[in-house]
Amino acid sequence: MAADLVRRLLAGERRALARALTHVENQSAAGYEVLRLLYPHTGRAHTIGITGGAGAGKSTLTNALAKEYRRRGKTVGIIAVDPSSPFSRGAILGDRIRMQELTGDPGVFMRSMATRGSLGGLSETAADAVAVMDAFGKDVVLLETVGAGQDEVEVASAAQTTILVLTPGTGDDVQTMKAGIMEIADLLVVNKSDLPNTDALIAALKAHLTMSEHGAWLIPILRVVANKEQGIAQLVEQLDAHHSYLHRSGALQSERQEQARHQVVAAVQGEVLRRILRQGASLLDDLTQQVAERRTDPHSAAERLLAAVSGELS
Amino acid sequence: MTTEQRTIRVLIAKPGLDGHDRGAKVVARALRDAGMEVIYTGIRQTPQMIAEAALQEDVDVVGLSILSGAHGELFPRVVEELGKRGISPEDVLLFGGGIIPEDDVPALKAAGFKAIFGPGTSTQDIVAYVRDNVGERV
Repeated sequence: MAADLVRRLLAGERRALARALTHVENQSAAGYEVLRLLYPHTGRAHTIGITGGAGAGKSTLTNALAKEYRRRGKTVGIIAVDPSSPFSRGAILGDRIRMQELTGDPGVFMRSMATRGSLGGLSETAADAVAVMDAFGKDVVLLETVGAGQDEVEVASAAQTTILVLTPGTGDDVQTMKAGIMEIADLLVVNKSDLPNTDALIAALKAHLTMSEHGAWLIPILRVVANKEQGIAQLVEQLDAHHSYLHRSGALQSERQEQARHQVVAAVQGEVLRRILRQGASLLDDLTQQVAERRTDPHSAAERLLAAVSGELS
Repeated sequence: MTTEQRTIRVLIAKPGLDGHDRGAKVVARALRDAGMEVIYTGIRQTPQMIAEAALQEDVDVVGLSILSGAHGELFPRVVEELGKRGISPEDVLLFGGGIIPEDDVPALKAAGFKAIFGPGTSTQDIVAYVRDNVGERV
């Protein structure tokens, strides 16, 4: 079944792409088989992660970027991630609302994804979904993340180029993002730059960049008004510049190795967790109870769980 | 990965020109609270846009909400557009809701809509209906 699906996907059948993404997202056996077969066909797309705080305009920027790439004759895949409820596990995925004008364009394929609190982390499935779009032959794959946080750093690491979207007037943005997320950005985009305080934000960002270490790539700060499509052409030029920098400098190779390591580790984490939970579900319940009652501590409980299921792990 | 319960993916869309999406949002939220992933596409969707979103999102269920009275025209056109993309009413569970007179229901059912929910329907009924009728994945 997976082989047939992959054959149809590689032949350009969009429904096969949609179904392959479902399998991968479900982390099913079919999903892993699809990935195994598709992986040799990946590595051609320019993959771009778009991250930033809630309300920064990530969806609107993604929409504008996709349109600009289409104008330049590039095909575009979009993966937009929204949060799952930790209680019901359900989700409202609303990113298509801001991307309506792309729906009629056969050169764009947009997929909404929920975080699903997936074992092994979202970074695993997001990276897999990016790989599927890449194998399908999309020239550019845009990965839009939920909001800002540690998870985002991981999600963004599934992409070759990472954009951090900031907005003026939300003073805390820079503060909250300093730890971790500023370091992963290859480009800083100040969206809604027609609002007051834009200059102050840009000055703060410049100051921050001056203080931080950087490699041969100098992180540009771009002014954008995504909903008016201002500054988008310049942004795409900078994205292209980063892409060719990655190729030219050999950074792509080292970044790929880093990503590969990250993905293998994430896959191991996910698989180990799945096996443990499959095998040791009742013991886990028991240990949880013991820890809650302070009869044992979390680390000792983990040791015992691992010891009990170690046969399952090999 | 055999124990994991399948996540039901639902597209909730509003075809046509009426801008009243409170009902659609209430249903979307109820389905979310029942653990489903709901893709909400906003108001003023053409049948093409709805079918295309259903394809790209590989949904199990498509729910349409309409208050303008154009259901007789737009609902079958959604089915038609899905068909152009190789998706039949056997592949996805289609349901509708809004201000839809009793007399119009048989034609919509013949077009492929398995259920039509009128004003006053409890969201729990809709949730239960979707759960019980969503097909097995092939």
